[in-house]
Amino acid sequence: MNLQLLRQLNEARAAKRATCLVRFLDRHEESLVVDGKLVDGAPLSPALVDAVAAAHREDRSRTLEGEEGRIFLQIFNPPLRLLIVGAVHIAQALAPMASLAGYAVTVIDPRRSFATDARFPDVALNGEWPDDAMSELAPDRRTAVVTLTHDPKLDDPALDVVLRSEAFYIAALGSTRTHRQRVARLRELGHGDEAIARIHGPAGLDIGAVSPAEIAVSVMAEMTRVLRRPDEPAAG
Amino acid sequence: MTGEHDILAQAAAWKDEGRKVALATVVSTWGSSPRPAGSQLLVDGAGNMMGSVSGGCIEGAVVKEALAVMEGAPPTLLEFGVSNEQAWDVGLACGGRVQVYVEAVS
Repeated sequence: MNLQLLRQLNEARAAKRATCLVRFLDRHEESLVVDGKLVDGAPLSPALVDAVAAAHREDRSRTLEGEEGRIFLQIFNPPLRLLIVGAVHIAQALAPMASLAGYAVTVIDPRRSFATDARFPDVALNGEWPDDAMSELAPDRRTAVVTLTHDPKLDDPALDVVLRSEAFYIAALGSTRTHRQRVARLRELGHGDEAIARIHGPAGLDIGAVSPAEIAVSVMAEMTRVLRRPDEPAAG
Repeated sequence: MTGEHDILAQAAAWKDEGRKVALATVVSTWGSSPRPAGSQLLVDGAGNMMGSVSGGCIEGAVVKEALAVMEGAPPTLLEFGVSNEQAWDVGLACGGRVQVYVEAVS
């Protein structure tokens, strides 16, 4: 690979484009495809164009073998994001964990005494009301959303917006009883069974978590399972 | 961000500093292997590394090849796995197999 191609690849990734580096392993050449368009290198066969699209959908790099020899499709999907509503104690543990796992984390909380740089070093903070913040941040299918405030005034408006998005993981902290009440309120806002079923509540896997850090682990684990095994039924 | 993608930015940065740079990329895996396809290890001319292509089992051998491609050897496709003969040599203790493509950034 030459430096010019590497720079183009890095620019496309920085711009959060769906990017695929097509490596012809036997002839030592590369083509770069950004948002489905050829940016550099030799044009791709129609079959290869289809294979690139499929690899993006599955978010999985893989090697193909065909007439052109071995071809490695290296997929760079837009980065994972985690939007946390509530700059609370659990968020202080969850934000750095998610960051280590490769998520770009934003913590949303209009309460100024909670969302401070001192409590959340190196984390993006958003002080808007959660519904405005969510509309602005526009969760996509690479985004997870976790509400942690326990306060319907803050959690509900966020969920109302998020349930209309493609977010791959939506979780709301709170007991089973709290969650029942939350569900009733969301129904009043017009959300049906299918939308409500997308919410993981209580948030996280049932691993007996007690401390904020342990609860963050359980949420991180559930989020990971939904990301990596989307077809597996929810449990726990 | 501390994910996989930093490595390519670092590769360009190292290149800009005038270092020799090679990239090793996991292109195929079979069975149990520690890092998925697309995982990358960055190596400079002094043998400094960043990232990984395994749980540490094969990095030493990959760095050796990386140094060779930086000195002008053609890109190479390496394969690692456990066999009876090499179980105590370089291989994956987990019993998987991986193919790693090693190339210089020119």
